[in-house]
Parts: sequence; C-alpha cells; structure tokens
Amino acid sequence: MEIGKHSDTIAAIATAMNNSGIGIIRISGKEAIAVADRIFESKKKGKSLKNVPSHTVHYGLIKDGNIILDEVLAVVMRGPHSYTGEDTVEINCHGGVFVMKKILEAVIRYGAVLAEPGEFTKRAFLNGRIDLSQAEAVMDVITSQNEYAMENSVHQLKGSLSKKIKELRGIILYQMAYIESALDDPEHIPLNEYGKELQKVLSPVIFEVEKLVKSSDNGRIISEGIRTVILGKPNAGKSSLMNVLLGEERAIVTDIAGTTRDVLEEQIRLGDLFLKLVDTAGIRETKDIVEQIGVSRAKEAAGKADLIIYVVDGARPLDENDQEIIELLRDKQAIVLLNKMDLELMVDANDLEKRTGHPVIEISAREELGLEKLKKEITDLFFSGKIDFNDEIVITNIRHKQALENAWKSLDMVMKGIEEQVPEDFLTIDLMDAYEKMGLIIGESVEDDLVQEIFGKFCMGK
Amino acid sequence: MPYLEESYDIVVVGAGHAGCEAALASARLGLETIVFTVSIDSIALMPCNPNIGGSSKGHLVRELDALGGEMGKNIDKTFIQSKMLNESKGPAVHSLRAQADKQEYSREMRRTLENTDHLTIRQAEVSEILVEEKQITGVRTSSGAVYHAKAVVLATGTYLRARCIYGDVSNPTGPNGLQAANALTDSLIANGIEMFRFKTGTPARVDKRSIDFSKMEEQFGDERIVPFSFSTDPDEIQKSQVSCWLTYTNSETHRIIKENIQRSPLFSGVIEGTGPRYCPSIEDKVVKFPDKERHQVFIEPEGLYTNEMYLSGMSSSLPEDVQYQMYRTVPGLEQVKIVRNAYAIEYDCINSRQLKPSLEFKAIRGLFSGGQFNGSSGYEEAAVQGFMAGVNAAMQILGREAFVLDRSQAYIGVLIDDLVTKENHEPYRMMTSRAEYRLLLRQDNADLRLREIGYEIGLVNENDYQKIKKKEQLIEKEIQRVEKTPVGANSKIQNFLECHNSTPLKTGATLAELIRRPELDYFILNEIDDNRPDLSYDTAEQVNISIKYEGYLKRQKQQVAQFKKLESKKLDDNFDYSKVGSLRKEAVQKLNLYKPTSIGQASRISGVSPADISVLLVYLEQMHRRRQMSGKE
Repeated sequence: MEIGKHSDTIAAIATAMNNSGIGIIRISGKEAIAVADRIFESKKKGKSLKNVPSHTVHYGLIKDGNIILDEVLAVVMRGPHSYTGEDTVEINCHGGVFVMKKILEAVIRYGAVLAEPGEFTKRAFLNGRIDLSQAEAVMDVITSQNEYAMENSVHQLKGSLSKKIKELRGIILYQMAYIESALDDPEHIPLNEYGKELQKVLSPVIFEVEKLVKSSDNGRIISEGIRTVILGKPNAGKSSLMNVLLGEERAIVTDIAGTTRDVLEEQIRLGDLFLKLVDTAGIRETKDIVEQIGVSRAKEAAGKADLIIYVVDGARPLDENDQEIIELLRDKQAIVLLNKMDLELMVDANDLEKRTGHPVIEISAREELGLEKLKKEITDLFFSGKIDFNDEIVITNIRHKQALENAWKSLDMVMKGIEEQVPEDFLTIDLMDAYEKMGLIIGESVEDDLVQEIFGKFCMGK
Repeated sequence: MPYLEESYDIVVVGAGHAGCEAALASARLGLETIVFTVSIDSIALMPCNPNIGGSSKGHLVRELDALGGEMGKNIDKTFIQSKMLNESKGPAVHSLRAQADKQEYSREMRRTLENTDHLTIRQAEVSEILVEEKQITGVRTSSGAVYHAKAVVLATGTYLRARCIYGDVSNPTGPNGLQAANALTDSLIANGIEMFRFKTGTPARVDKRSIDFSKMEEQFGDERIVPFSFSTDPDEIQKSQVSCWLTYTNSETHRIIKENIQRSPLFSGVIEGTGPRYCPSIEDKVVKFPDKERHQVFIEPEGLYTNEMYLSGMSSSLPEDVQYQMYRTVPGLEQVKIVRNAYAIEYDCINSRQLKPSLEFKAIRGLFSGGQFNGSSGYEEAAVQGFMAGVNAAMQILGREAFVLDRSQAYIGVLIDDLVTKENHEPYRMMTSRAEYRLLLRQDNADLRLREIGYEIGLVNENDYQKIKKKEQLIEKEIQRVEKTPVGANSKIQNFLECHNSTPLKTGATLAELIRRPELDYFILNEIDDNRPDLSYDTAEQVNISIKYEGYLKRQKQQVAQFKKLESKKLDDNFDYSKVGSLRKEAVQKLNLYKPTSIGQASRISGVSPADISVLLVYLEQMHRRRQMSGKE
C-alpha cells in the first residue's frame, strides 16, 4: 500500500479533462516551486520562480529538456496562503488533453508525485485551510473519487493491459519467492550464481516494461487506437455519426499519415480510449464503401478491423445490402447502431440483435441521442478484453505510466545490483519495489503474496 | 470452595520458552511472580527440533538478548554445535543456529528460574482464569487452589486439549507424552475468547547405534563460534563440537509414503487442526511436490547425554509400521531403530487478533499471552512473545507505558504486528521476507537497536548499557575517519588493488570509496590503512556494513521515516468506526474488529484501503480541532 506521503509534493490536472480553453496543472507541497522551476522558462531571461513573490503570475514556456511543450502562465502561491496551505504552483496552459498530460508527466518526472483522489482537498483540510464544517464533505470527496477510481481499475483488471502486468508480476514474484525461500532455508535451496540466472529472466521483463512505458511516449497514444470501421448502406447515417463523433472531440482529432502514403486515419477519443477510423481513400468515401468499392473492399476493411460499427437505417426495412454486411460481422467484434430512433423505426432492435449476434443500440445521429451508450459499449468491450487493440497494449493513464516508470527504475536497480555483485537479499528489495509499483496499476496490493508463493512453489522446511 | 488462596503480582501459566521468558522478565523487574507448569521436568523443554535459531529465528534470539531476555545466554551455555547460516549472502540474512543439548538446555533454564528472586515455581494445572468486570483477578488450579494476581500471562504452548496422533493411534497428551491441560479452554471460551485449533508435528527419534553414518555427509559446526548473547565473551565458548549428518529420501521412500497415504490421519480426516506449510510432514512434501526426486534429511543429536538422534525433514503422522518402512529406505537408516515415534500434535490456541500489540487481551484487562498459544510456532517466536507479554504485564502493574516494538525496530515487532493485525490461519513462523526493513534489522546490530530500550525497561544492566554506548561512538568515529581518509594512486595502492582484482585508481579516492567496491571491504583494506584504530570484530563489522551498503541502507531509512509518520498517529481502542460516515462498510467492519492502535496498523489490515486511511486522517483532524475549540471555550 502506498500511502503516507503527506509531505511529498503532489500534482494533478486541476481542470476537467476536455479541450475547452485553459487547462490548469496544480502542484502543491514543499518542492512545488522547485519542481515547476525545473521545467519553466520565463520569457524574461534569468527569472526563476524560486525568487518571485507570492501570488504573482509569470509568462513563459514549459520545456521538457529541449522540447517545448506549451506556452503558459505560471501562478506562484506560497504557503500558508494557498488552497492547500502549502507552496503551490498552478500552470495555466492552452489546454488540450494531450498537452496537459504531457506537462503533468514532465512535472512528475521532475520531482512531484501524482495526487491521490481528493488529495488537494485533504491537505487543505489537514493544513487548516478548510473550515471544520467542511470535513464531512472532504471525506465524501475522497470516498467518492476513490470509488470512481476503483471502478476504473476493476474494469481494467479484465483488460489486456492487466493481463500483461499480471504476467510480468508473476515472473517477478516467482523470482523473489525463490530467492527468499533459499535465504530462509539455505540448506535445502541453493543460490549459487543466481545473479546470472536472474539477469536472464529479467531482461525480457524489463524489455516489456520499457515497451509499455514507451507506448505512451512519442504520441503513440494518438497514433494507435482501436482500428474501427463504420459500415452501413447508403444514407444509413454513417456520415452524420462520423460528424457527431468527430465534432465532439474535434480538437484532439489529428490527421496522421500512416505507413502507406494514401492511408488516412481519423482519431476519436472516447474517455481513455482512442478510435482509429481507417479508410483507404479518405474518410468521406467510407460511407459509401459498400456501394462504391464493393463488398470485396468492405470485406478487406472489416477483416482488419478491431471493431466494426454497423449503422442500420432504422427508417427502412433491412435489405440485401444489410444482409451482406451482417455476413461481414461474423466472428468480429461489432456494435450495431439502430439509427434514426427519432423517426418511426421500421426495424426491430431485438430481431436485429438476433440476426447479428451483436449488441444493438438505438441512436439518433442527427439528434445526437444514444451516443453515451455507444461510448459505454465500446469502453466495456475494450476493458472486458474483447477488443484487442491491435494486439498492442497502450498506456493511456498517467498514473499507470508513472507506476511503470518506477517499476522500470527498480528493475534496472536489480540489474545494476547483479553487476555489482550485491548479495541476493538486496536484489529482492528492488524486485519487491517493482512488484508493488506494478500492482498499483491493477489495483492489487501486496499483502501476503510473497509468503504464499514461497509456500506454494517451494518445498521448505525441516 | 477454594482451599488455598495466595496472592502474587503476576501469574504465568506454562514454563516453556514463552513462560520462562515471561516469568524471568517480570520477576527481574521486581514483581512477585509465580509460574505454573504441568511438570517441573518440562521447564524449557524442546519437544521438537534440537536447535535454537536459524534463518530469522536467530534474529529473534539476538533481539531478545539485547533487550535482556534469557534464551541467548542459555543456548550459549548449552550448545553442542554452532553455525552462522547464509554467510555468503548479505549481512541482513546472516543467521545464527546452534544445536542444543536438550537436557542441558532445559536444566540450565530451570536453574536460572529457580535462582531468580521474586520467582516461584509451582507444578499444577491451571484450569480457570478468574475475571471480574473485565479485569483479570487470578487463576484457579485443577486442585481448586486460587491464586490472586494483578496480571496473568498465558503461555500454554501446545498443551491445551492436546492430542498426539500417528496412524490410528491418538493419545490425549501433550508433547512427549506429558499431561495435557484439558480444562482451561472451557474457561477461556466462557470468558469470550475465540479459540482456533492448530496442529504441528515432529519426526521420530532414533538410536544412534543403529545408524550407518558412512553413508551420510558429515555437517560440521563453524570454526569460529559466534555467541548468541551480546553478554557472552566469544573466547569463552570456543569448544569442540558435535557433527550433524545429511542424507536423502529416495523414490522408494516416496513409494511407501504414497502407498500408505490413506492411513495418514491427516488425509483420513482424523486431524482437524490447521498445520503449517513451512514445516510440512514428509507425506505432505511427497504429495505437494511430486516432482522432487528426493528430500534432505538432517540427522541431529539430541544431546551429549543420549544416543537419540532427531530426523530433521521427516516429521510424520503415518502409522508406526509405515514409519519403520519409510525410514529404513533412507541411506544409512536401513537398520534404524526408533526410540520415539514421529507424531502430529493438535492443540487449542487463540485467534491472535484479540490481542493488543502489547499482547494484552483487548477484552480482558491484565490478561496477557505469548507463544504457541497465540498461534505461532517455534521456540524462538514463543520466547520473544513471552518476554514481551511478561514485560507488559509488569509495565501495567508498575503504571508504566506499554512496551511495543514496531516493524522498523525489530523482527519482534514484525512478528507481533503480524499476529495482531493479519488473519492467521496456520502456526505463524518468522521469516526474513516478512520484515520489510530487514536491511536495518540485522542480527549483527540487534544490540545497537535494542540495548538502550532494554536498559530503559530495566532488564539490561549499567555495564552492558555503557558497553553499547561506547561501541556506538567507536563506530561513528571510525566511519567518519574512513569517509575522510584519502588514498593516493601510488604504487603501493595500485599493487594492492591488482592483487585483489580491483581496477587501479586513476585519481585519488577515499577508503570508503574503495570499501564500496564489490571485491573489497573494510577488512581487506587493513593492509593499506595505516592509521586504523584497534577495533573489535563486531565494531569493525558495523563500520564495514554501514559504508559498503550505504545506498541501500539510506533507502530503507527513508522508507522507515514514511512508515513512522503513520505509526505515530494513534487511534483510540474504544473508538467506534461506524461513526465515520464516509468509511466503506468493509473498512468499518474490519476496523471495529481489529481496533488498531495507530493509523499505521490500520493501513495494514486487509480490507482497509488507502482512501479509508485518508478519510480517517481527515476525521482525526476534525476531532482534534473540535477538542481544541471546546478547550478554548
């Protein structure tokens, strides 16, 4: 359990994670100003946040090394006259989820830790900044935010990320248990030259962790996504749906040239997920894919898709076109949208579900009805592990990334320790560290895992 | 009607390893103490393995010794072989283990008890605890005698409703055929104490003359013997040692076990108790680890006075005839004669969750307990608990603060915290992996960690205390010197480095920097360190460890600092957690069940989340401010 870091400097995005106007990253704690100063470059040469008076605003750049992340305003407030009662810096950036995440990541890399749910408020209260009458509210905030976080991690437990994390943790746990059982029962279990063995086992683990960490770097959050194809006969409402989906998240939709020059990808963000709408000749043609390029082309696109969204024209009875599309849905992950629910429906949802074998959601693209259900359905499919995400696991959550980076560091310490020939019992300390950090991602605490593993896997005792 | 009434400060029930330490501690603190045992001849009996210490258990003994306990001194007087385990590994897992002369060990402890002031020994079975208004008032023996007391320490070991079992033979006795204590459980239950039933086991003892040692590997003791006790002069205990012997089971052994497994009371369901996984019977090992072709068997002497040998690694509850068959498949044991059968033993113990970290029952003031009665296993685990329970019983009577060690101070702290905080469904054994700060909790620095605390309690004398103060200073001074002493890249140094396969220096360095190199250490550097003061080995060892592993030690110290913060936030044991509205239901239940003494302990209870802890912190602050406000009015 990772608690008790009250004195640590914490950071989080303080505004809603959307693309409206200004986004604020708040840093609070003893090191807040120092941390901000490490990544803030004032427009006035030589100005350091460390020397500025309290409650002042400063214009400058946020830089991660040499890379400029954004042009920002930094507000410096010294404790106890701040919301939390501690030294606080608020970085006002131009917003955009991606930029905010990048800045927050930098803040964390340069010395802050990610705030727990409700932590700013908790500190504000503990430091006497909030009235006694508000204590109950503070506790409620912590509980409700935590429940939200728990729910999310429970979701993730089923996902492919957690599968991977569990696998890696399993390897680490086994190694720890082996070493520990040998330390506990040296006359039964040998440890000769074990460092080399451990190096061999850990190298691929480190490689995997590194891969996971890097999956969130280089804009891959953007460049990867659930490969999604929207199918439907002409005038079923595909383009309306596209517009609605794109329009809502317009600011973070990017056009990125793919590996083939003539492939265009459209990105849509749904909560923590990204949909990659793929089309070979521009998304506009997609709506007519069945009609124009024919069933063979549609088959190809559908075959490669992680997810098919099939838009049914609810105002007209099903026809041959629909039949052909339904054929394509077999053995694929798909969601059926019964569009035009605002009109009189000619197609029965239950019947459609029976025919397709996929969940059916009634929507109206034009009136923007039922879209929340669609989002939820896609999210559920992903987190239940049904959508594989191009077989690639992508870290979209900063908390996860931070945990993985820490695990990676710890594993590196193990390797370094082996090279320096430190005794095995030192190695398990960093192994345990890595194990704990990765446990944070899937919401599993350590408890008695190690002792269980020792008894379960190794024959101990007199 | 009671026919006899006597009054004592403290009653200790049981004179095993826990009971002895409890009785000695309280008597030495000046409190009138009486210790009950079902048999005077079973004082400090070692009914199972003939050794003291071993991995992590050795740590416990040294910690106990540093605090002023007896076990370390007693084994130093009575050991017949000694070995430091894990010497090739890091200093944190070095662990001392000594083979004891069982009889001598027991006798020596008895002598100590008999000659301690304020201590009375009484052979009698305690059948009842006497409680009035949730306060212990004394005990009653099976003969009807009443003994009044201000505090009682229960240390009944494996004797409560004990049953010894092998095959279909089941004897209602304690270990070694000693009388069981059958009445006390009912009295405990009547007083609301929740009981568990655990089991453990022991291998056969065999006649040395029937063993062919030529087929076994001889296991020697260490050349230089390290004493357990910090008060023992190492030079005085160097002596000739007795060997142990190593042999192995084989496929034939395993075949016999598998063919007769249905005759084991464990598999047939005759045994109900929960056994430990770390100390499995040979039939357990064969069933659970079918891929292992052989298991080690250590043949250990039970003492110098006897021909009995202990077959370590082959505890069993199989029928007598099967025991003969399987033992005789082991190389060197073909003609073996059994003196005492292997058996499993079942006994009553408590759910240790009912205890405070001081080992006092939450529900009954003045009632303390220690040892296997608390659901632990092992002589050493028992001894340290007995000591803590005895000290705390005394502290309470003396009106002093409860004595609790936390997880960052000692293995003893880890052991007790685990017992009172975690669900425990099998006999609990200490392991180094349970101690998260083990780099700091080494057996070599137990004196530096705990001597002063023992002194404050009143169980460490002035002389020993001054000794440790002096040692601390010497270590500190020497570390300073080594950190600051420069080493030039001259030819003497370069030659020295070359001799030890160490990279030559390019520029100057300090002695400390060289010590940190994997291939070098403080002792090796003696050759090039001209101004080195004359330090004892254990002082020099501290200097070496402190410098060599500085990075790791520093990290652990930071972790400890974090840990201490939560540990220092105390919780009231009468607190009703259902009053905190925002706590999750599960957390409320668990917190109300365990009644943790600090936020730190609360955070270790399974089912209590970090968010619950945050909520508790806010709630505490709320209460605090309310109190302040009402104080002002």
